[in-house]
Amino acid sequence: MDSASNDGLLAWMGPILHGALTTVEIAVLAYAIGLALGLIGAGARLSPWPALRALGTGYSTVVRAMPELLLIILLYYAGSQALTAAYAALGGDGQLAIGGFATAVGVLAFVQGAYMTEVFRGAILAIPRGQLEAADAYGFSRACRFRRIVIPAMLPNALPGMSNLWLILVKDTALVSVIGFEELFFTVQQAAASTREYLLFYAVAGALYLVMTLGSNALFARAERHVRRGQAGT
Amino acid sequence: MDFSWLTDPFYQRYLWTGFVNTLWLVAVSGSLGLALAVGVALAQIRGPRPLALLVRGFTTVIRGTPLLVQLFFFYDGVGRLLPAIPGVQESLLWPLLRDPFFYGALTFTLSVGAYSGEVIRGALLSVPPGELAAGRAFGLSRWQILYRLWLPRGIQMCLPTLTGEMILLLKSVPLVSTIALMDLLKAANLVRDETFLVYEPLLLIAGIYLAMTLVLTAGMRLVETRFPGARPARSRRRRLLPG
Repeated sequence: MDSASNDGLLAWMGPILHGALTTVEIAVLAYAIGLALGLIGAGARLSPWPALRALGTGYSTVVRAMPELLLIILLYYAGSQALTAAYAALGGDGQLAIGGFATAVGVLAFVQGAYMTEVFRGAILAIPRGQLEAADAYGFSRACRFRRIVIPAMLPNALPGMSNLWLILVKDTALVSVIGFEELFFTVQQAAASTREYLLFYAVAGALYLVMTLGSNALFARAERHVRRGQAGT
Repeated sequence: MDFSWLTDPFYQRYLWTGFVNTLWLVAVSGSLGLALAVGVALAQIRGPRPLALLVRGFTTVIRGTPLLVQLFFFYDGVGRLLPAIPGVQESLLWPLLRDPFFYGALTFTLSVGAYSGEVIRGALLSVPPGELAAGRAFGLSRWQILYRLWLPRGIQMCLPTLTGEMILLLKSVPLVSTIALMDLLKAANLVRDETFLVYEPLLLIAGIYLAMTLVLTAGMRLVETRFPGARPARSRRRRLLPG
């Protein structure tokens, strides 16, 4: 590397780190919404009403059978059009500009929710029946049983799947660069094109993603120790 | 919904090329990737320490970075440096190195090698050691034990997971639409740009992908049931039972 390319890297380091921060923000928000969607989806798939079950199964099956990039592009167009229509129906006039940030988060969360549905469904089904019956016998309400028994009892089963999905999500945030949203990879592409140092900047991008994934691996290991506290053999 | 553009031979050719390229990418990177995966697994279990560490680093980097970044790294990064090397443009490999298909297949092969390598490594480690000891007791050579006992037993254990990996591979193919390679998504994007229809082309290839996922799942299911020793328990036990 000559000094010119080092200057280019230094000049771009600020925007790239800013892009990395945006990537983390998108990922954290999409993950939080995805967790909620996953709980709702799992609740629907396990519910006694057939219509709700079909809805939950349809959501998780169709989304998981399609390539993420295709879904992101499809939802990007469909989502902005649907929101504009809804805005117009509510009496707003003209085009509603939804920010790229909201679109990126919404689309990733929708995809994430489908995968999370399956993780939570499996984890809830793995809770020994006796624990739920014991809660019923003590007169827990449904909501209280869900909060005090179902969630803590399923978390040890769900956490490995949840950590996998988080890693997939962090890497999937790079896909929203395709719809032109300015996150880490989009910034890196601009940097690479303007300095013509493609190899260098893509390696930097890879290193930053690696830091994120390896760092979150350590956090998830701690979380798993926490939810497994009191279990035999840990 | 307006699908009248489907009768245009121009768009038909886009879609057909995209479809064929998608199948080729899956076939080439699936088979080369699985071969690499076996190497990755064995290098980490039995390889000399420096090689094992190197391979461990390879799987960590590939599994810790986005596939899209890897694709651009090889296509834009490595691909642009190659012509600068003297002699490369005159070499026999140049037509290959100029083809975006090569970079797509390379990226996906490495990806399958890293992800499936970890799956196969886990499966090989969970083959009961007694079975390998039995092989040694029968006087099989190390090579024979590897390809007649250890590998078949390991792969048999992780076949359903490998099915999942192949479906992930199929679903990552649309990424190549971002480089100059015609796949189904690229074809749909071209149709969209020229006809100003947004949903129809995207929904069409969504349907095609859904169908391909189903066919691939069914195909792998067939492999799973045909794989030697996949369902041994029932028939053999029946033969062992008296009368």
